[in-house]
Amino acid sequence: MSDLPASANGAAIVAENLVRKFGNFVAVNGVSFRVEKGEIFGFLGPNGSGKTTVIKMLTGLLPLSGGNAFVEGLDVRSSAEEVRERIGYMSQNFSLYNDLTVLENLTFYGRIYSLPAERLKRRIDQIVDANGLGPYVTRLAGKLSGGWKQRLALGCAMLHEPKLLFLDEPTAGIDPVARRQLWDLLFELSAQGITFFVTTHYMDEAERCSHVAYIYYGKLIADGTPNTLRELPEVQPPGTMRIEITTPEVTRALRSARELSGIRSATIFGQSIHALIEDSLSLDDLRQRLQQKNIAVAEIRPLAPSLEDVFVELTYKHQAELEAKRE
Amino acid sequence: MNNIFRGVGAVFYKEALHVRRDAGTLFFSLTMPLLQMFLLGFAIDTNIRQINTVVYNADGHRESRELLDRFRNSDTFHVIKYVENDHDLNDLIIAGKARVGIKIPVDYSDRLLHQMGAQVLILIDGSDSSVAGQAINVSTAIGLDESLRRALQSSGTFAVEMRPKLLFNPDSRSPNFFLPGLTAIMLLNVTTFLTAFSIVREKERGTLEQLFVTPVRPFGLLLGKLLPYLFIGFFELCLILTAMRFIFLVPIHGNVFLLALLSLPYLFAALSLGILISSKASSQAEAMQLAFLPILPSVFFSGYIFPRETIPALLYPISYLIPATYYINITRGIILRGADITHLWKDGLALCIIGALLLTIAARRFHNKVIMA
Repeated sequence: MSDLPASANGAAIVAENLVRKFGNFVAVNGVSFRVEKGEIFGFLGPNGSGKTTVIKMLTGLLPLSGGNAFVEGLDVRSSAEEVRERIGYMSQNFSLYNDLTVLENLTFYGRIYSLPAERLKRRIDQIVDANGLGPYVTRLAGKLSGGWKQRLALGCAMLHEPKLLFLDEPTAGIDPVARRQLWDLLFELSAQGITFFVTTHYMDEAERCSHVAYIYYGKLIADGTPNTLRELPEVQPPGTMRIEITTPEVTRALRSARELSGIRSATIFGQSIHALIEDSLSLDDLRQRLQQKNIAVAEIRPLAPSLEDVFVELTYKHQAELEAKRE
Repeated sequence: MNNIFRGVGAVFYKEALHVRRDAGTLFFSLTMPLLQMFLLGFAIDTNIRQINTVVYNADGHRESRELLDRFRNSDTFHVIKYVENDHDLNDLIIAGKARVGIKIPVDYSDRLLHQMGAQVLILIDGSDSSVAGQAINVSTAIGLDESLRRALQSSGTFAVEMRPKLLFNPDSRSPNFFLPGLTAIMLLNVTTFLTAFSIVREKERGTLEQLFVTPVRPFGLLLGKLLPYLFIGFFELCLILTAMRFIFLVPIHGNVFLLALLSLPYLFAALSLGILISSKASSQAEAMQLAFLPILPSVFFSGYIFPRETIPALLYPISYLIPATYYINITRGIILRGADITHLWKDGLALCIIGALLLTIAARRFHNKVIMA
């Protein structure tokens, strides 16, 4: 691969200015990002914002309308077939054959990648062991519970030992225990150098990723580690601070808090209120002023912004820019 | 790496497992055609015999009774009732109880005795053209024969006598004619449905999307899906031929192995049609409706029921696009006429071309519509 740009060296995925148009509609508009080997890359965005389109472009299913994409050092434009040999893909509905047994599903996917019989047998044994599928090998896939289906689907996607796996909402609709087990497994595998491209709607999952990006209607509006994103000036404007107010009367407290000067925004989080306040407003002042309004305050403490805060702020900013452009 | 059939073995393995798991569908799809075959084979008789006939014999003398005997002995007419007036004669035909009414006028035998021309009225229900046609032909022939007999009473022999000889199906047995054609329709039915369903099911499950992210190539996928059903179709053919030969006693004049060989391109074309249908349909219900589409043209434009010569010139070219046209020519050719490869290679070739064309279109559609969607 001599025509590979230097920037693509050593990265699992390099996307440069990806564009995809469907007629007049621009589904993906100049998206660039870089995923290093061994990262868990969380790709977030609302439904219909272009997540699946990007995956399809990176896996060679959709031709690019513009830009470049390199996956595992291969140009997706010219080597889609080779790219598909080297990646694994697990869709959100797990794409198993319900009327085939666990073993048959694994055998089928192994044969698709033309694994020689010996290696196929060894890989199936490894996957069955690693995922604890042992007791279920002769069970029909349709009879497995959600969590086991997901493990089997992941096993099928990993039979050919890909170095890069695309997981499209891998935890949609499975129980919390299975969800946690999956993430434990992802961490373990990523430590072995396997790269994961994960789409999800769960913010707590995004927090676990080593690298996240947020796509909003075709535009990438955030890209970085969770910690760098939290420190972005848009998220944490200079002279402001995020706090958490714990109180038994959240609804009344929210109404009052929004009337106070020095509070830029406030929102309810369970039994507490998350607020962005100006530095001029001290925490003691705030407590006093709330108590003056007969609101019992249990605790006020500084808070780091969550990724949800990050995406909310960046979305507001992006929308404001779009509207400014329109006028 | 650049094998355009990549994945065909894996898909075949998987598809064979699906078929084995779903024994119910397999059993159903194998027995349904046989059931149809028994129904149609025993029930349909294209030879028109024993037409219900009502008679008003106003004359009643020996000559009139002799004439009626000739009608009865023809095997075409079956006298169900004798009536005594014109009204009843008409009424039975209107009621649909009789399709033919014979009225012998009161002076029939008198006129014959006086060497004058006598007339017999034959009322025919024209609502079924083939029955009416048969009634006209046979009654005219009886009249002609009767006249000649009377005219030639003295000399005794006819000057010219036609001696028709039916080749290949001397008894004009309907099963001999019907079943070879029915084979084509039944095979089409089974194979189109099975393949169309097997692919649409994967679309519904989302597994098709998964397959396209693997190195499987469209041709590998489609061929892998097609092959198991080719075997099923072939097995079905063996069942049909066995039933045809040993239950319906249709003699097979040609080489049965040649028939088997030439059935392969037909099955291939029918299966490719099923795949093409599945590329269009997004649900099993839709596939079901689309799979019915090719059935009617295959019944009516292939020569299965109506001879192709009766198709209007404008629509005639359509019959060349229908795989069943060629296959019916093959089955009837081998089974009834004892044709060999020198007579039928063109039909086999046409089927191969149609099949390859359909599969290519289907593969392209899959590439464009399914992957890119």
